[in-house]
Amino acid sequence: MTTEALGAPARPSPGLLSRIFAGRSGPLAVVCLAIFALWYLGTVWLNAPLLIDRYERQGEDWSITRLAEDAMAMERPVLPAPHQVAVELNKSIFQRNVTSKRSLVYHGWVTLSSTLLGFAMGTLLGIALAVGIVHVNTLDRSLLPWVIASQTIPILAIAPMIIVVLGNIGFTGLVPKALISMYLCFFPVTIGMVKGLRSPDPLQMDLMRTYSASTGQVFRKLRWPSSIPFLFASLKVAIAISLVGAIVGELPTGASAGIGARLLVGSYYGQTVQIWAALLTAAAMAGLLVAAVGMVERLVLRRTGVRP
Amino acid sequence: MQQEAGAAAREAGAEDRAEGRSRPVIDVRNLSLTFETADGPVYALSEVDLTVNAGDFVSFIGPSGCGKTTLLRVIADLERQTAGQISVNGVSPHEARQARAYGYVFQAPALYPWRTVERNVMLPLEIMGMSSAERHDRAARYLDLVNLKGFEKKFPWQLSGGMQQRVSIARALSFEPDLLLMDEPFGALDEITRDHLNEQLLRLWERTGKTVIFVTHSIPEAVFLSSKIVVMSPRPGRIIDVIDCNLPPDRTLDSRESQDFAEIAHRVREGLRAGHSYDD
Repeated sequence: MTTEALGAPARPSPGLLSRIFAGRSGPLAVVCLAIFALWYLGTVWLNAPLLIDRYERQGEDWSITRLAEDAMAMERPVLPAPHQVAVELNKSIFQRNVTSKRSLVYHGWVTLSSTLLGFAMGTLLGIALAVGIVHVNTLDRSLLPWVIASQTIPILAIAPMIIVVLGNIGFTGLVPKALISMYLCFFPVTIGMVKGLRSPDPLQMDLMRTYSASTGQVFRKLRWPSSIPFLFASLKVAIAISLVGAIVGELPTGASAGIGARLLVGSYYGQTVQIWAALLTAAAMAGLLVAAVGMVERLVLRRTGVRP
Repeated sequence: MQQEAGAAAREAGAEDRAEGRSRPVIDVRNLSLTFETADGPVYALSEVDLTVNAGDFVSFIGPSGCGKTTLLRVIADLERQTAGQISVNGVSPHEARQARAYGYVFQAPALYPWRTVERNVMLPLEIMGMSSAERHDRAARYLDLVNLKGFEKKFPWQLSGGMQQRVSIARALSFEPDLLLMDEPFGALDEITRDHLNEQLLRLWERTGKTVIFVTHSIPEAVFLSSKIVVMSPRPGRIIDVIDCNLPPDRTLDSRESQDFAEIAHRVREGLRAGHSYDD
C-alpha cells in the first residue's frame, strides 16, 4: 500500500497494439502484410482472363474458388503469386550448387563483382572530378555542365555501344559492365563531393590561411575531413545505381551470366516466376549493399568523433 | 624548465618596456580600406595611423561596424588595404603571415569537430612540420596553461563554450608566436566565464611578454587588460583616441572598482562619445 503510494502515479499500462507500434517492426509488418494482400489480389485479377478463356474453351464449369486456386498455380502466369516466387527463390538459391548456371547465387555473384568494380572506379573518378572542380577554376566552369549532361543520356542507349566498342578492342565480361556502372555512379559522388569539399566555413578556412597552409594541407586537414559525411550520403546512392548499371550492362550482351542475363532469359521463355525471383534478388542485393555502406559510415563517423 | 623560459621572457618583456627601447611590431600609416558593394562603396577604414610596440597589450574598442575587426584582419593579411602602408615585424603582412608571425584567435573557437582537443591544438604544429614528440609535448604544455589538462582526448562538442575558446587560445599559443591577434575571443561567453578568462589572459601576457592585439566592445574588458586602448568610431572606421592605460601589473578583477580604473573607463567613454558612437 505505502510503496504504491510512494511510487510513480499509476499509468494505464499500454495496450498490446500500442506496444507493437511503438517500435519499427509493427508498422513494417503492417506494410508487408498489405503488400502481400495486394499482390495476391493482383495475381488473381491479372491471371483471371487467361484462365477464364481456357475454361470456356474446354467448356468447364468454374467457380471463384477454383479460379483463385488456379491463378496461383500457373506455370507461366502474368503475375506469379508470392509463394510461387518464394519457392523459386528457395530452389535457385538454396537447392542448387552455387557454381551451377541455374543458381541465383552464381548469377548474383557475377553481377555483384562488376557492381563492386564499377562502384570502386566510379567513386575514384567522382572524387577526382570533384577535387579538380573545387581546386581549378577552369574545371569548375567547364566540367560540371558535361558531368550533368552525361547523366541525361539514357544508359540503355549507350550501354550496347560501350559493350560493342570494348568488345572489338578485346574487353569482354567484367570490365565493360563495370564501366557502365562507373558511368552511372560517379555522378552522385562528384556532386556530393563538390558540395562536401566546399563545406568548411569561412572561419575554418581563415584559420588555415593564418598558418599559411599549402593547398595540399588545406585539402588533407580540412576539406577532406569535412566532406566525409557528404561522401557517404553519395556512396549510398552510388552503390545502388551501380547495381542497376551492372544489370543494364548484362542485357545487351546476351550475357550468359548475371542477374540481367537471368531477367533476359526469363523474358525470352515467358518464365515470369524466374524474372520475379531475379528481381527480388537484385532488390535484396541493393538493400544489403546500401546497408553495408551505412555500416562503414557509422564506423568511420564514430572514429572521427561525430556526436552520436 | 617551462617556468624558467617564462621568467626569461617576462624579464625580456619587462626590460623592453622599462627601457623604452621597444621596437614597433606593427606600424600602420594612413591606411584605408574600402569595400566595393552593390550598394556603393563601404568605407571600412579611413586614414588610420597606429604603432604597436613589442610587449604591448593593445585593445581596439568601438561599436560594431567601426572597422576594428577589419583592421585586425588587415594586420593578419586576411584583408588587403586599398590605400596606405602597413608593416608587421618590419615586413608586409603577407610576408609576416608566411613567416607565421602571429597566432589568431577568432570570435568563435573554429575547432575542427573531427579532431580531439589535443589534435586541434596540434593542427598548426602539423602544418609547420613539427615532430610527433614535440607536438605532443607542446599540446600538453599549452592545454595545461589554459587549465584543460585531462581533456586531451575529448571532442569539441563535449566541451562548454568557454572551454572550447580556451582550446582555441592554446592552439594559437602552441607554435609560440610573439604576436597574438584576438578578435573578440570572449564575446560569445557569459560574464562569469569571461571575467575568469580575462584574468587568465592577463597572467599569460605578463608571464610571456607577448604582444597582444585584442578586439573588444566591452569597456571594462579593455581597461582591465590593456596597456594601450585604441578607441575607434564607425562610418568611416577611424581612430578617435589612443589611451595609455597603466594599471598595476598585479591587478585582479577587484581592481575594476578602483579610482584609476574608473578614470580610464571614463576617458574611453568620452572617446566613444566624441566619435558619435552613442548617437542614434
